[in-house]
Amino acid sequence: MSGNMNLTLKVWRQKNESSKGQFVTYKAGDVSPDMSFLEMLDVVNEGLVKKGDEPIHFDHDCREGICGSCSLHINGRPHGPKHGVATCQLHMRSFEDGQTVVIEPWRASAFPIIKDLATNRSAFERIQRAGGYVSVNTGGVPDANEIAIPKVIADEAFSSATCIGCGACVAACKNASAMLFVSAKVSQLALLPQGQPERYRRVQAMVAQMDEEGFGSCTNTGACEAECPVGISLTNIARMNRDYFTAKLFKEDEV
Amino acid sequence: MKLDAKIPEGPLAEKWSKHKFNLKLVNPSNKRKYTVIVVGTGLAGASAAASLAELGYNVKAFCFQDSPRRAHSIAAQGGINAAKNYQNDGDSVYRLFYDTVKGGDYRAREGNVYRLAEVSVNIIDQCVAQGVPFAREYGGLLDNRSFGGSQVSRTFYARGQTGQQLLLGAYSALNRQIHNGKVEMYTRHEMMDVVTVDGKAQGIITRDLVTGKIESHAGHAVLLCTGGYGNVFYLSTNAMGCNVTAAWKAHKRGAYFGNPCFTQIHPTCIPVSGDHQSKLTLMSESLRNDGRVWAPKTIELAQKLRKGEIKVTDLKEEDRDYFLERKYPAFGNLVPRDVASRNAKEAVDAGKGVGASGIAVFLDFADAIKRLGEDAVRAKYGNLFDMYYQITDENPYKQPMRIYPAVHYTMGGLWVDYNLQTTVPGLYCLGEANFSDHGANRLGASALMQGLADGYFVIPYTVGDYLATIGPKAVDTSHPAFAQTKKEVEDRISKLLSLKGTKTINEYHRELGLIMWEYCGMARTEEGLIKAKGLISALREDFWKNAIVSGINEEFNQNLEGAGRVADFLELGELMVDDALNRKESCGGHFRVESQTEEGEALRDDENFAYVAAWEYAGDNQPEVLHKEELVYENVKLTQRSYK
Repeated sequence: MSGNMNLTLKVWRQKNESSKGQFVTYKAGDVSPDMSFLEMLDVVNEGLVKKGDEPIHFDHDCREGICGSCSLHINGRPHGPKHGVATCQLHMRSFEDGQTVVIEPWRASAFPIIKDLATNRSAFERIQRAGGYVSVNTGGVPDANEIAIPKVIADEAFSSATCIGCGACVAACKNASAMLFVSAKVSQLALLPQGQPERYRRVQAMVAQMDEEGFGSCTNTGACEAECPVGISLTNIARMNRDYFTAKLFKEDEV
Repeated sequence: MKLDAKIPEGPLAEKWSKHKFNLKLVNPSNKRKYTVIVVGTGLAGASAAASLAELGYNVKAFCFQDSPRRAHSIAAQGGINAAKNYQNDGDSVYRLFYDTVKGGDYRAREGNVYRLAEVSVNIIDQCVAQGVPFAREYGGLLDNRSFGGSQVSRTFYARGQTGQQLLLGAYSALNRQIHNGKVEMYTRHEMMDVVTVDGKAQGIITRDLVTGKIESHAGHAVLLCTGGYGNVFYLSTNAMGCNVTAAWKAHKRGAYFGNPCFTQIHPTCIPVSGDHQSKLTLMSESLRNDGRVWAPKTIELAQKLRKGEIKVTDLKEEDRDYFLERKYPAFGNLVPRDVASRNAKEAVDAGKGVGASGIAVFLDFADAIKRLGEDAVRAKYGNLFDMYYQITDENPYKQPMRIYPAVHYTMGGLWVDYNLQTTVPGLYCLGEANFSDHGANRLGASALMQGLADGYFVIPYTVGDYLATIGPKAVDTSHPAFAQTKKEVEDRISKLLSLKGTKTINEYHRELGLIMWEYCGMARTEEGLIKAKGLISALREDFWKNAIVSGINEEFNQNLEGAGRVADFLELGELMVDDALNRKESCGGHFRVESQTEEGEALRDDENFAYVAAWEYAGDNQPEVLHKEELVYENVKLTQRSYK
């Protein structure tokens, strides 16, 4: 097919968490513009394996932008040059023949590198475990239509709930802050009536865990919102701050 | 062994209630003396792990992803069915049951399906209580839509991301139990084998995917919630990591495999663009509500289109064949998934395919845009149109979409009885990984329903009965069976790592996929299947000689992970072909060329094939043994489907 490209890749290679990493240069030839970015890497990896070299390791799974596994920092931007998509939905037509492409893992001390481009994002897990839920057991709940929720509120909660947990917000932030990620879950449940009983307890527990994980502070620069592949808005952070201050001033016993 | 499905006696509507009463209970103070192992954390696994922990059992949960939230349930788009009848349009538990049995082309159990319909209503209540943001109407109550040709509006949804929202709900419940210390969560761990002691499942062997450490875990029961095996076709709508390994290892340890050839092919996917293609993307079949499917009328026109000599917009009405509308005037573009898929394949096989590869047909919205206006079409399908544009760089508002069927779901899976127990006592199978509720074809919006039904509302009762029976005696990994199984796992890994041939794992996988798609896909013939069997067995033999597996065990090694999974697919593929060979009828999602009506439609053979084919592993390179579970229909009358 015409229009295929030749690219130079500078890829971060690092054997494991404790070893020192470095950039290694690879040639990616005959790249079709219809390939996804990860398919381009697949082809490079096939070549490496055939030569007896180690393939480049990176996290990926659904390849349709929803699982949040893929997490590449491409030419200085989380998920690459295209706005509003995860790496797996980035296609090579977003690049030009002859271009050099720098590929790095997420850079944040709370996300240690496992190998090459794969990082350990279990800090996110621990934050969710600290309070990202409504404490209801299976069974014994009211009929779904007994809880009427205004459509605008339900839609707003849904917008917060679409976070895919990829960590691009942290990677984009100069302070490696996790405020956008945490506030998305806090907001979703703070907006909904089901989340009210634990509203102030939840925000305190999740923020405390976030601090413990070593994420940086938020200075409202908005890089997180700009790079979020699913458009989680800064309003969530404002909402979380309001709830957090309310909790600290008046509800500190609700922990 | 005689298969006993353990369907309770009595009228359909009372079976589950009676059965629940007859199941033994575990004393509340004894629950903490039991450990249950849950493998997989999608809808079925996460809901089961959370619910069992809430009851007081200790749970060890495992997933190969870096977070339970990334299981592939997350990608389901459309919705979840429930017989709430909130719309007052005549829905009922019985109607959902009836539609599901009929949709499955009469190859599912009545008892199981009725229970599924019965608990569907509880699922919605549970999810709402967790804070799942379903779509709502202005009055604040839940919205529903009609889905997949259903006559009633019973599908609950959260924009095009229903699976994501339901999974995050189950994930939050799981997180709460991890926080409470009742669930021990192992991420980036892959199950490598099941350990059986005196014929009962008593644990698993896992590999830590970061360090390579092989570990043994003991439990009183093991629940496999490990999803479907659609990736045996290489290209499918499944996530890259979806695999059959857990189910396959269980099969080799004595769990029968039910209806392995029952796979679902979804008609509206984005076609393949080249050899580099790694997966296929599904677009919701709601598109067929307004889109018209067509192919060029002649082979010449199709050729000119493929070469770029003419543009699709140059083709006049009389040059287009709206083949679904032509052949099925009553249902038109809304025929069921299998019929739409098969007809697209026929058009392509006849040389009328479009796009550079020639492996696609058109789905055209020009009429809908003319009738409703572009804004109205955008409001309905905007996100799907954007996704299509993103992937293909073609604007579907200006020219027709290109679509082609892709493997989407596997109705087959480990055989389970009414309690979801496999033929190995103590080993259970939930969700897509089991075979039980969808017969030969799954209806839209039923996969999410089944995963959550199994996890939230079935297994907490049925596993309790087993646990009460075996008693709370402590289990640990000291039994020699653990050491023996662990050694077998280690030996296999060493064997894989010793492969330093010339062909990559991916190349084998792609080759297997092509064989499966060509001969064991939408349309099958005896001749083709026999050929496929030979091809697969030769490919498998070649794999164990000429594959390349890089790296070592004691590290994060994605190449090794892939190698183990593809090796299992190479075995499963042959069983699927055996099953397809055995089933000489057309039914549900598959078309057996030798079994068709005079008009060329699928012809089911209830006389000879109204049974579940359950296959027993009989040792390496031995033919598997077929067991039949007769399907008894006491409530539903079997009819031949017709969409003319």
